[in-house]
Amino acid sequence: MAAEMIAEISKAYDSGFTLDVCLQLPMDPPTVLILFGPSGSGKTTVLRCLAGLERPDRGVIRCGQEPWFDAAAGIHMPPQQRRLGCLSQDYALFPTYSVEGNIVFGLGELSAVERSRRVAEALALLQLQGLERRKPAQLSGGQQQRVALARAIARRPRVLLLDEPLSALDVPTRLRLQGELRHLLKQLAIPSIVVTHDWGEALALGDRMIVMHEGRVLQAGTPQEIFNRPVTADVARIVGMETALIGRVRELSGGLATVDVNGVMLHALAADDVGTDVFVCIRAEDVVLEKGETGTTSARNRLSGTVRGVTAAGALVKVSLDCGFPLMAVVTRAAVGDLHLAVGMRVSASMKAGAVHLVPRRDAGATVTA
Amino acid sequence: MNWIAIGVTLQLATMTALLLVVIGLPIAYWVSFSRWRWKFLVESVVALPLVLPPTVLGFYILVAIGPHSPFGRLYTDLVGHPLPFTFEGLLIASVLYSLPFAVQPFAAAFDHVDRKLIEAAWTLGVSRVGTFFKLILPMSVAGVVTGFVLSFAHTLGEFGVVLMVGGNIEGVTRTVSIDIYDEVQALNYVGAARTSLLLLAVSYLILLSVYAMNRKVWAVWPQK
Repeated sequence: MAAEMIAEISKAYDSGFTLDVCLQLPMDPPTVLILFGPSGSGKTTVLRCLAGLERPDRGVIRCGQEPWFDAAAGIHMPPQQRRLGCLSQDYALFPTYSVEGNIVFGLGELSAVERSRRVAEALALLQLQGLERRKPAQLSGGQQQRVALARAIARRPRVLLLDEPLSALDVPTRLRLQGELRHLLKQLAIPSIVVTHDWGEALALGDRMIVMHEGRVLQAGTPQEIFNRPVTADVARIVGMETALIGRVRELSGGLATVDVNGVMLHALAADDVGTDVFVCIRAEDVVLEKGETGTTSARNRLSGTVRGVTAAGALVKVSLDCGFPLMAVVTRAAVGDLHLAVGMRVSASMKAGAVHLVPRRDAGATVTA
Repeated sequence: MNWIAIGVTLQLATMTALLLVVIGLPIAYWVSFSRWRWKFLVESVVALPLVLPPTVLGFYILVAIGPHSPFGRLYTDLVGHPLPFTFEGLLIASVLYSLPFAVQPFAAAFDHVDRKLIEAAWTLGVSRVGTFFKLILPMSVAGVVTGFVLSFAHTLGEFGVVLMVGGNIEGVTRTVSIDIYDEVQALNYVGAARTSLLLLAVSYLILLSVYAMNRKVWAVWPQK
């Protein structure tokens, strides 16, 4: 059965902000949908409407066959009955309860035996054993995040709503937990909506993605589609990453990886646990163009390619290249003149290894840790 | 010292404070969580006893519970005697008189509970009532104790309302403050001084404990 969660909602606020959003979350197979957008674009408000914490002015929200909200019919199911797992940005752990108390908080209707089984299961899944008696204030940020996740999944929710699940963490912890979260979402197989404004997270976690701006959906598709083919200049600006390609890591030593992208070898800086299947992401600003084949540079990557398109975008010009794979570059108008850039011309493109970002791929056969 | 008056006073103060917990918690919850635009109308009514002369409040209560009011007539029909100048009548008056001393600390404590925590409890399937008892109340212990203690202390010292509604019946409605007044009228300054000192000491100790608790001198649970 092609079950899905559908929301078509709109709401106007006194501040003048209006939300007008339509989204689908396929639930079978369980899908991870990324809500992507800058702060203030209404991502969190969408989650709050889905959770039943806020009531839209108009529209419908349906989960499978079950109506959660219908403005015309006057249906508004309270959050208690929607059986969701929510994770808010600051985790909202109950300070007066221990880790165990937090996890068991929402399991009141279950038998005592089932309750302790669920708690043990959640503790094991998120590697929280030994911390049961701690209060939230005695935990690190990463541990708090795991407790909040454990609490959300212990009820076996139909849908998980994660609001910037990693944004409250420092960068090294964030990268580590991003990997853990990727495995966890895959292992749990619960349809999920993840709010983020981090392109790495979007690529690493998402199956589908919608880009939001000022309360509206600008584009929907797979993350890769959106990064590579933004439909408008706004989307391109918001996602801030113009090239996202599928690649395979061939070699990895001393933090430097060699990645195969469609037969072309690229050098990139990478963490040791990046895995084999990756997205290779390159920002257009990081690509340097030169005419013909000139001398050696310090840049690790030097590709020859053909200009496929030249489009002006404000003070800058976007140049799309074919280097054995599609690559976007931006240069100034002056540079276009100096290089005499034109469609069909041969150029060389170079970028430093540090400008080639590798993001582990979720859909690939990554090893699942139990 | 008039131990009978002290007994009546302690009984009145304890029952008033307990009743105010029962009545005050729902009112405070509503005051803290309602988004109704005209909420301030109710808030000001609750706060009215703070500024109203006790005799004015006492007068209205006396009229409201008297045998000529619908409520007073109903009570007289049911119980067999009118409310004024009884302990029950005094209790009703005391509850109204100390209402803000309970409701305001309760509501302030509820205001401090992060709304995100409450919403998290709701999304975990816990009902509004369940969330109140499992989350909001445990996080508001200090405020609830403060409200209880303040309304207790406030009732200990009430005079005008007692005189208007309760009169001065030994063993029934004669409280400590009335007793002190009587002693002074009878020119028994030594007796008045003793009782006054007791009331002063008790009131000071109570306020001491409230302030200490709110500064977390001894915390009920480890601080964040």
